[in-house]
Amino acid sequence: MTTAVSQPGAASGPRLSGAHHRLLAFASLIVLVVGFSLASPNFMQTSNVIAILQATSVNGVLAIAATLVIITGGIDLSVGTLMTFCAVIAGVVLTYWGLPLPFGIAAAILAGAAAGLCSGTFVAKLKVPPFIATLGMMLILKGLSLVISGTRPIYFNETPGFTQIAQGSIVGRIIPAVPLPNGVLILFLVAIVVSFILSKTALGRYTFALGSNEEAVRLSGVNTERWKIAVYALAGSICGVAGLLIASRLNSAQPALGQGYELDAIAAVVIGGTSLSGGRGTILGTLIGALIMSVLANGLRILSVAQEWQTVVTGSIIILAVYVDMLRRRKL
Amino acid sequence: MFTRRTMLGALGAVAMLGASVPAMAQETYVALISKGFQHQFWQAVKAGADKAAAELGVTVTFEGPDTEAQVDRQIDMLAAALAKKPAAIGFAALDSQAAIPLLQQAKDAGIPVVAFDSGVESDIPVSTASTDNIAAAALAADKMAELIGGEGKIALVVHDQTSRTGIDRRDGFVNRMKEAYPKIEIVSIQYGGGDHLQSTEITKSILQANPDLKGIFGANEGSAIGVVNGARELNRQLVIIGYDSGAQQKQAIRDGLMAGAITQNPVGIGYETVVAAVKAAKGEGVEKSIDTGFFYYDKSNIDDPEIAAVLYD
Repeated sequence: MTTAVSQPGAASGPRLSGAHHRLLAFASLIVLVVGFSLASPNFMQTSNVIAILQATSVNGVLAIAATLVIITGGIDLSVGTLMTFCAVIAGVVLTYWGLPLPFGIAAAILAGAAAGLCSGTFVAKLKVPPFIATLGMMLILKGLSLVISGTRPIYFNETPGFTQIAQGSIVGRIIPAVPLPNGVLILFLVAIVVSFILSKTALGRYTFALGSNEEAVRLSGVNTERWKIAVYALAGSICGVAGLLIASRLNSAQPALGQGYELDAIAAVVIGGTSLSGGRGTILGTLIGALIMSVLANGLRILSVAQEWQTVVTGSIIILAVYVDMLRRRKL
Repeated sequence: MFTRRTMLGALGAVAMLGASVPAMAQETYVALISKGFQHQFWQAVKAGADKAAAELGVTVTFEGPDTEAQVDRQIDMLAAALAKKPAAIGFAALDSQAAIPLLQQAKDAGIPVVAFDSGVESDIPVSTASTDNIAAAALAADKMAELIGGEGKIALVVHDQTSRTGIDRRDGFVNRMKEAYPKIEIVSIQYGGGDHLQSTEITKSILQANPDLKGIFGANEGSAIGVVNGARELNRQLVIIGYDSGAQQKQAIRDGLMAGAITQNPVGIGYETVVAAVKAAKGEGVEKSIDTGFFYYDKSNIDDPEIAAVLYD
């Protein structure tokens, strides 16, 4: 079974095995796209491709946030409701207080960072297991979103520029034939920035180190608590970006939305080859994972597959993706 | 090796799905995007839509998000439906404002939109097929007042305070009580998301807090079932009036646990939506507003043909 394909991976260690997985995920994505294109002429059209990318933007950004925490060996169940919380905060600042747009953007991202700081502190200082700490935060933030908003959606009609964050199209202004929404550009931008942080900065190195062997890192004199809190705070601020994206897309902060989105984000992360046991993962993989999820959702709808079967197929793909990944690693 | 295997597997899956898709090259295709999918109510709307589709010889698809909070998922579904270039779209908005850009896109592409259930707050839809929820909830208030003898304490368990149906049913009920029955006091209005279990817990806490409570109005199927369960768990006798139907609610009425319920005509909503959509697609005129009707049913008339036809399991 281990033929030529896996040998280069074995020769140059785990670094290439990550690349190998990305290749695999990427190949699956291509297969899905080709398959859907052959099955329906309506799939591969500019407007539909843009719809898919736009549908990926929120889950993609959330999945990037989740990837960071998962690489440290933790899990973040609060990403979905934190996103909503940040959207509500932006709504309060822009609509209730009437402040200019930059304040709303800053407030959403800062609120995300602050909530991440809380989760990180619970995990790192108070030693609450990440699953429990972020489960608690998920509920706290869900409740706070409802309380702050008065359980009503907050609309951004007073801030006309707000919808441009996700719905406007800088690309479309330059190339009218390709009205790629800004939300997609923001997703790519976040992916590039976080990839840079992971590969080129101390924070990135410690993120991986915490997930591989936290004890060893601690014994070598590193303040693991502080770095871990920093990772959760960074993930939180990325959720703030997701909050801005979804609020801009819906022209409203919907306080009841958000729970369940963490599972889609985590699914994208694992399809993208990031290990739930930590120490290994890539942003590019997560991006591909998020794309696979939305290509599947869109393609199955385009093919008019009954909705109850759509979820069965999506679930199967998640298990298949992770199974293939484990099989490959066992052989290496 | 594994790459190839995955590719083959995925190709196989796509091929299988491709084969299961009905050929709809020449047929008139109508896409319905609803507010939900799993609840029996939505399945009854779907049944009505399928019935109209069979009669008119058109193809209909029916989709909706898992919960009524998932506004963005519904928008994604609408975007995918537009990509299929349907002859017309039926749409029940979770949040009208959020859907405006896509509805505008449909309008620009010459695809008529028919709103159904809670409708769409916009002038883009050519027609709206829905229940008059305010009038229906007022009828529930009248029945409640009659059954508790015109005085005493009552409460409401509502599915949510953000959706049009939630607001209309609550206000329709509460306003009617205030206007017509000054001796009846509404002690509590709680929201359970239409979730059976959550509504059960809410009901139990209301009953604990108000030992002399005479009745509860459950504003949708999930809320009403929750009220019945809560009263049963605490072994309390009270007048329960529900909304919509479903096997459990019908059984509760037959067993006498629930006094009666308002039923909309979900089958009619689905049916009228498709009929109006097909008319609009052909360029024929449609009425701006289609009242799909409502009824009060209890033990005495649950098996009448007129009522049984609009109830669902």
